[in-house]
Amino acid sequence: MTTEVAIAPTIQSLPENEKFPPSRSLWGDALLRIKRDRIALICIGILSLYSIIALTCQFGWIATPWDKVVGAAYQPPSFSSIELIFGTDLFGRSVFFKVLHGTRIAMSVGLMSSLLSIPVGVTLGALAGYFGGWVDDLIVWFYTTVSSIPNIMLLISVTFVLGKGLSAMYVALGVTAWVGLARVMRGEFIKHKSREYVLAAESIGAGHLSRIFKHILPNVSHFIIINLSIQFVSAIKSEVILSFLGLGVQGQPSWGVMIDDAKLELSRGVWWQLAGATFAMFFVVLAFNLLGDSLRDALDPKLKH
Amino acid sequence: MFAYIVRKLLSTIPTLLGVALIVFALFNLVGGDPTYQMLGRHANAQQIEEVRHEYGFDQSRPVQFLNYLKQIVTFDYGRSYSTRQSISQMIGDGIVPSLSLMIPAFLLTTLLSIAIGLGAAYFRGKAIDRVTVILCIFGMSLPMLGYILFGQYFFAFKLGWFPISGYETAWPDRVQYIIMPMVIFVLVSLGYDVRFYRTAILEETSQDYVRTARAKGLSEPVIFFRHVLKNSMVPILTNIVIEIPLLILGAFLLESFFGIPGLGSITIDAVNNSDFPVIKAMTTLVAFLYILGNLATDVLYTLVDPRVRLK
Repeated sequence: MTTEVAIAPTIQSLPENEKFPPSRSLWGDALLRIKRDRIALICIGILSLYSIIALTCQFGWIATPWDKVVGAAYQPPSFSSIELIFGTDLFGRSVFFKVLHGTRIAMSVGLMSSLLSIPVGVTLGALAGYFGGWVDDLIVWFYTTVSSIPNIMLLISVTFVLGKGLSAMYVALGVTAWVGLARVMRGEFIKHKSREYVLAAESIGAGHLSRIFKHILPNVSHFIIINLSIQFVSAIKSEVILSFLGLGVQGQPSWGVMIDDAKLELSRGVWWQLAGATFAMFFVVLAFNLLGDSLRDALDPKLKH
Repeated sequence: MFAYIVRKLLSTIPTLLGVALIVFALFNLVGGDPTYQMLGRHANAQQIEEVRHEYGFDQSRPVQFLNYLKQIVTFDYGRSYSTRQSISQMIGDGIVPSLSLMIPAFLLTTLLSIAIGLGAAYFRGKAIDRVTVILCIFGMSLPMLGYILFGQYFFAFKLGWFPISGYETAWPDRVQYIIMPMVIFVLVSLGYDVRFYRTAILEETSQDYVRTARAKGLSEPVIFFRHVLKNSMVPILTNIVIEIPLLILGAFLLESFFGIPGLGSITIDAVNNSDFPVIKAMTTLVAFLYILGNLATDVLYTLVDPRVRLK
């Protein structure tokens, strides 16, 4: 009794900042780290801007119609109006509007391919790592095989087989991109499946599915977020290359299509279409690269100390 | 050593079969009858019948798969649909131009990026290291097509230092056509590679043996070049294999832009002409080469790190 009485006032009499800091979860801690990281905040700002542009273009609130004739063919950039700020293309259409619509395509390709590949990668990786044995052998064989076909060849073949166009590209990027995530998830599930908390869950009667999705998955889900930034970068880069090869977007402006056009324009001194698409792509890829690094630092417990 | 190589060799067989199965499923099952893709919409019944017979689409699926396996083993992929040439012949003609561009480009990239990565790790935390890292991230974020178009426009078209495109089979003349695409490949890959090697080397420098080496009074350059570099060989080799797909992509874009008649140009032409058999053959070939590359690295691991053999 006496000790309890003696201790209680001592803690309370401590100044505010010397008390134990409140414990933080992985996500709470990561959020705090990101908030302190100025570069990460700038990147989030840039990515939000790109997302807003993509959404407003999607709903037709800005830059519509993109194929409106705003001036003469190949008019160089000028500050006389917002439409002419990046000049015009062969048909007198605003390059600025095309860049904005290219943003819509690029972001949608990143998002859709992630939505397709994340469930596949997580499920296959989780099953392989959790169950082991022949399930593991089969899944590892499957993703080793898929990753043995270099990505660009697989992308070309899938879009070639499915036909050209945006939705074929979503699928092609989705079915080629899950391998990396599956590999990471498998490794994490192998690590986690025999930890105490999973054994505890088992002892109170949690079944396999409950252990995989309710207990282990929340503890490894930060790898999905880290993977997301890598996924977006590779999707945006692949979109440009596929559109450039004529296998991607048809009849819509995309950065790849613009760079393809620029191939013939450069010799006439028309550089603005190339510059517009290249820089639009540069900033978004840069933001994803830097944010990916910050997220890895903030979320990966191994790197913390 | 011998048992290890045999074990690795046997373990590639399921992967090779898997690749064959996926490519076959993709081209012959998912895509439906590829005849229509090859002929377009305005084909008459007789043309369709001829094509179906020539490429064996009129046979049953298992027979088609066996034929495909036979093509792989005998390296006889039939004829291209658009040029009517033998595909094996096309590959044979394309392989030398491709290699004479990509081998020097790849060697130069690897040597240069290891050297810069080592330098950055040596000066870790100093201004020169930070500038290198920032330049790498910027370089990584620019699209490859941007490098190609700018390089071709500025250095070849504007300044006239190099031919804009073309290829020569005689040796000293070939060099001038290869330099420009080679430099572009090096610039494109440098950002990622330097960053990777710097991290790999920095991870090594926190190992115990480095502390021991410092404690016994070895100088920093000796520690770096004799001990750290040797121990970083495993991640370096791993990265070299990871880079192979980038090498293939580079070959595609650079060859088609600079008019080098290599495997990349062949594939791009095939894509543009909807040349189904060529794309299928190239996909198979490239995947098999990649698996061979992986196998070669597994063997090289044992040379740089004898511990690998025991696992």
